[in-house]
Amino acid sequence: MDMHPTTTGVPNRKVLMWTFIGSECMLFGTLIASYLAYRGRSVVGPYPEELVNIPFITVTTFVLLMSSLAMVLALSAVQRGDRRGTIIWLAATAVLGLIFLGGQYLEFSHFVHEGLGLSRNLFSATFYLLTGTHGAHVLIGVIWLSSLLGMELRGNLGAEKAEIVEVAGLYWHFVDVVWIVLFTVIYLLV
Amino acid sequence: MSHSIYEGGLRSWITTVDHKRIGVMYFVAAGVFFFIGGVEALLIRLQLGSPESTLISSDLYSQLFTMHGTTMVFLVVMPLGSAFFNFLIPLQIGARDVAFPRLNAFSFWIFLFAGLFLNSSFLFGGAPDAGWFGYANLTSTQYSAGIRIDFWVLGLSLLGVSSIASALNFIVTIINLRAPGMRLMRMPPFTWMTLITSFLMILAFPTITIGLVMLLFDRNFGTNFFNPAAGGDVLLWQHLFWIFGHPEVYILILPAFGVISEVIPTFSRKTLYGYPFIIYSGILIAFLGFGVWAHHMFAVGLGPIANSVFSAATMLIAIPTGVKIFNWIATMWGGRLRLDTPLYFAIGFITLFIIGGLSGVMHSSPPTDLQQTDTYFVVAHFHYVLFGGTVFALFAGLYYWIPKVTGRLLHEGLGKLHFWMMFISFNVTFFPMHYLGMHGMPRRTFTYLPGLGFDLMNLVSTAGSLVLGASMLVFVWNLMRSLRRGPPAGRNPWGAATLEWTLTSPPPHYNFRTIPEVRARDPLWREDGVELGPEDSTVPEPVMPSPSAWPIMLALGPVIAATGTLVSSLPMALAGLAVLVASIYGWAFQPLER
Repeated sequence: MDMHPTTTGVPNRKVLMWTFIGSECMLFGTLIASYLAYRGRSVVGPYPEELVNIPFITVTTFVLLMSSLAMVLALSAVQRGDRRGTIIWLAATAVLGLIFLGGQYLEFSHFVHEGLGLSRNLFSATFYLLTGTHGAHVLIGVIWLSSLLGMELRGNLGAEKAEIVEVAGLYWHFVDVVWIVLFTVIYLLV
Repeated sequence: MSHSIYEGGLRSWITTVDHKRIGVMYFVAAGVFFFIGGVEALLIRLQLGSPESTLISSDLYSQLFTMHGTTMVFLVVMPLGSAFFNFLIPLQIGARDVAFPRLNAFSFWIFLFAGLFLNSSFLFGGAPDAGWFGYANLTSTQYSAGIRIDFWVLGLSLLGVSSIASALNFIVTIINLRAPGMRLMRMPPFTWMTLITSFLMILAFPTITIGLVMLLFDRNFGTNFFNPAAGGDVLLWQHLFWIFGHPEVYILILPAFGVISEVIPTFSRKTLYGYPFIIYSGILIAFLGFGVWAHHMFAVGLGPIANSVFSAATMLIAIPTGVKIFNWIATMWGGRLRLDTPLYFAIGFITLFIIGGLSGVMHSSPPTDLQQTDTYFVVAHFHYVLFGGTVFALFAGLYYWIPKVTGRLLHEGLGKLHFWMMFISFNVTFFPMHYLGMHGMPRRTFTYLPGLGFDLMNLVSTAGSLVLGASMLVFVWNLMRSLRRGPPAGRNPWGAATLEWTLTSPPPHYNFRTIPEVRARDPLWREDGVELGPEDSTVPEPVMPSPSAWPIMLALGPVIAATGTLVSSLPMALAGLAVLVASIYGWAFQPLER
């Protein structure tokens, strides 16, 4: 846009993403607080301790953490002008994110099979809303990264590609950090 | 000479990304909703004018007071605030537009569609009828069958998207697009209050969003978030609502404080007394505002410890608020007052807001509040702060800045007539409600028995409300007359201090041909306060963002999806999602300038 450079020196998109992340902290904070408020108050089962498979979730958590590593490597590649590296690591991030989502799907299926439908009890309501919101955020991230990947493959990510990938990276890392909190609150504190 | 910034047909308005036009659209939409909300209020007052009136049924009454509150808060005061933010912020900070012009347009369109969506409920089975605060479990399907509450949940969710998007935009704009030399502590107070309000919006709205999602799920997908039989707690709703709801009232008042902090210095011909205190108190109010929410819940049984903590925090908030009032009065003290309409409204604001604040402080004590809560005393309180406060302040702002927007002056005589009609009738309408509340008249009820001592005060209040409604027509008449034959305003009719007054009225579409360099607060009142560059063709005309259809297209997506959810049509919901996704890609691949 035909304007003077930004007052802080930080690009507008980055300030936007950080501010948005602040808002998202309140979103997830509300969900987490509600989950904690209702912990142990389900009148009927199944209850979390009967259902959660901590080894399985530890693996999917590790996958998501590795996706953040891939994201860091993707950004580094973009900043170095390494087109091949960009493509590989953006793809890796998205694939690892998809694997995480696959794990979530398997876990949800297992829970439903054991009788935990959405409307079953307070655990089902708060658990599915919290992890479902997180999963939706991961899915949006995967779609976003895949779009960036597609644009890079066609060579039209543009001159501001480093900034765009960095902003996508900020979002992705935030979603990962949220998962760390969720993993702790839901699974480790069960 | 640049073309008139308001020229062009419908298409140019639908695709505009110019913050000034978007501001005008917000103002017009807010005005229409103000009329609707006002009619709702008048019907309420006509019903309550006499005991056991059969004018309005209890069912219709519930819809009216719910929609009156929802409309006034979300479709009038907030958009009116947005109108001011939109028109003024880039001008006040020396920028050419906001950081994300298309996102700005999107915020407007989704607000407009949400307002239409919400009001269309009257035509489709009835409007929401569980109050603007929608307490659970009155809002459950058990006690609220049909789709009225779903209209409310979905409509508010859409409005939340609009507000968050807008707030994000203004935060980035104010942080990052300031002219050289426009340090934070040189910014106009209105810009500061906009920044603080925007932070409140992005931090408060997510909480109600989650509450609304939970309510939607309870009503449509069988969950039990607010179902006591399944172990759920109806208080969870109240907590989530008021954790949003209290910051929301500061969202409603802080822009008004910002307006007053500009009008009073200009019309006192004296710089704002204690500028840093005005700023810091604004920040403190926002901060503390997150810690007082349960003062709306003193009667639900939280216990003495919780009640005491929230009571103390609530009393504390009176301090930074009081600081501002002292600073405004100190600004006027010793000034050379210009007794024009904006100052009348500003002084009216201070008077009425003090009264509203005093009744507010009375609520801050739980034992006192147990008498006052759910009575008309509360209705008196919040109308004094929201109407006597925010609306009076925004009228001060309208009389002050409309000449900059339209290029024409408003008529002073009509302005003062409007003021006196509004000020007197406002007090006639709402002051008796203190009395009614103290004598036990409950709120949210459609009628009352005769002989309880309520009759005369209700009649007086109703009479006042009719004059109050009529007073608005004086403003509308003034505005229409001014647009047709008001004298030209010139650049700075009030001799004000801030950057918007350096430009023509209205400003050119690019605002500043050369970005100014700022050297002081109140730049126009300081020797060498600002260095303005050339305005003529020695400087090439700035390239501005091109109009775009994607903002309105993107706004349609969620509205279609919401409608699909409302009528339980998965295909329609998915169609809305498809429009949303397609519009995001269309937008992302469209360059800002073409």
